[in-house]
Amino acid sequence: MTAQTPFIQIKSVSRVFNGGNGVHDLSIDIPRGSFVVLLGPSGCGKSTTLRLIAGLETADQGMIAIDGKDVTNVPPSKRGLSMVFQSYALFPHLSVAENIIFGLKVRKTSKDEIKTRLTEALNVTGLQGYEERKPAELSGGQRQRVALARAIVAGHPLCLMDEPLSNLDAKLRHSVRKDIRDLQQRLGITVVYVTHDQTEAMSMADIVILMKDGRIEQAGHPADLYLKPATAFAAGFVGSPPMALMPASALPREVVPAGLDVSRLTFGIRPEDLALTTDTTTKAWGITATVNGSEFLGAETFISVAIPGTEGATARLPGRVHIAPGTQVSLSWAGAAAHWFDGEDGRRLAPTTSRQSAREPNTSIETDTAIPSL
Amino acid sequence: MNDMARLQKQRLALYGWMLVAPALALMSLFAFYPAIATLWHSLFTRGTTRRPSVFAGIENYNDLFADPTFWIVVWNNLIYAGITIPVSIIFALAMALWANAHIPARSFVRSAYFTPTILPMIAAANLWLFFYTPDLGVIDQITGFFGASPTNWLGQPETALASVIMVTIWKEAGFFMIFYLAALQTIPPDLREAARIEGAGRWTYTRRVLLPLLMPTTIFVFVNAMINSVKLIDHLFILTKGGPNNASKLILYWIWEMAFAYFDSPHAAAMTILVLLTLGLVAVIQFRLVEKRTHYR
Repeated sequence: MTAQTPFIQIKSVSRVFNGGNGVHDLSIDIPRGSFVVLLGPSGCGKSTTLRLIAGLETADQGMIAIDGKDVTNVPPSKRGLSMVFQSYALFPHLSVAENIIFGLKVRKTSKDEIKTRLTEALNVTGLQGYEERKPAELSGGQRQRVALARAIVAGHPLCLMDEPLSNLDAKLRHSVRKDIRDLQQRLGITVVYVTHDQTEAMSMADIVILMKDGRIEQAGHPADLYLKPATAFAAGFVGSPPMALMPASALPREVVPAGLDVSRLTFGIRPEDLALTTDTTTKAWGITATVNGSEFLGAETFISVAIPGTEGATARLPGRVHIAPGTQVSLSWAGAAAHWFDGEDGRRLAPTTSRQSAREPNTSIETDTAIPSL
Repeated sequence: MNDMARLQKQRLALYGWMLVAPALALMSLFAFYPAIATLWHSLFTRGTTRRPSVFAGIENYNDLFADPTFWIVVWNNLIYAGITIPVSIIFALAMALWANAHIPARSFVRSAYFTPTILPMIAAANLWLFFYTPDLGVIDQITGFFGASPTNWLGQPETALASVIMVTIWKEAGFFMIFYLAALQTIPPDLREAARIEGAGRWTYTRRVLLPLLMPTTIFVFVNAMINSVKLIDHLFILTKGGPNNASKLILYWIWEMAFAYFDSPHAAAMTILVLLTLGLVAVIQFRLVEKRTHYR
């Protein structure tokens, strides 16, 4: 991603609010035409980063460039970008059409061009026939599309989105996710998208930038974040249900790779990498755990287990599995599926005797076959 | 129909009437009945012990139209309304925009603007009486500093009405500001940011987003200001008593004079009816015209 000059360049930018929140010494390069998701828990600085790019906040320090131009102190309207707000920020007194062409009118675009662009934006977002409605007369999904139409009508190469799906219901969210992604690819625009929902990030992004406390925790392709989380935080944040994290001291000794200090080591395992058996006698090794609940989701079942000395874990088993709460089970996994992190700073540790090939997609298949499941 | 359903409907209707009953009773006693009684009263001549009152038709109204004072007073009131309403609304809006911005000592600014509203009109008028005092008052002190000669602001026909208008604006703008301030706080800040990104400057945002969204408030304030321009005359008693030579006399003051200084209640009643008719008519026109172009959330 550094082959050509990045479309957006953020260089050691800081913006600190009273109370310490904000972003600290942030540097991001965003390539042209990519879909970048800023992901993180609330207060991690992702929205601040977006607002810094938009120009709604001014950087205390550092430099921001868009398309090769330094825009650090340029007002939002001169940065050539559009934005979709969480609340959509539609003007309630204006009709759908007036809302969409608000910016074009402000910029004194010619009448003919406004008309063509409006028609195009309405077509792209499927809002034909709603031109004269007021936002209050639209459903949540339609309002969201009006906000999208307003963002794309000007033809800016950059579109910023601040949690645009958080006000939609779950089903709609799924379809709009796909629509936004399709739209971005069709128009070839760069999108910077803020969300706290890791599913959105994983399913939409070319690049996920995971943030925490105003700093970047990990940036990369969704698969990188999932398969090779750089920190224990990233491991726990990405993936649903989240990766189980536990002190290595709770594990049998032989599982821990040589060369890692057990006293300050965190072990992580994805739910799908956990194999679980009620037969506690035959296996050579495994951790004993107690089942404390199960969630049947149709294609799979989540079994949550309690492991003494840890916060517990979740195993993801295909199909319908019924295990009564209270059952003693034995947990095991393929060695390659294990993640190891420094117990203090959370850094990912690569064991010297590594058999890990985490980037290969067949890791989980190995796991499934290695140990007999229920 | 189901008996139970019918019973429930009847009960709801009964509840409805019970809820409006107190207001209806009070309104009838203190608003509707007096209005009708006034109309009735305006159709009779003034009764004395020797000449009892007789039905006069629209005689009283004809008298009013023939009276030159009537035209002076109506004209005065038109000027008074025509200046106080728009000016106090504009001031109120400007003050609200300022007091809503992120400025230091914001709450101090707000309460300072609101102070005139808390004062009773009589107290305010006494205060201004002092301001207007020729030579000694604050205003003459200031103009005198620049070399102007002392002016009897309230005592000369040219400036009397303007001085009264000034006091009213000073008194009302702060009150209306509160409504604008409340309305401004309901407008989400996102809208301003969205407008900024779309390239709208402060003025465009104000004109195309803020003012339309404040329209319901403006109508409310406008109607209030209009009613006040007829209703609010307390300061006349202190400042000018309608003088000199009727230069600052307003309709309601004139009605009061007719009714309680000259004891000519039939003419006062006739004038009252005219005021009611005009206000009603203007309100209807206002709502018909403006309502259509206003966005209510």
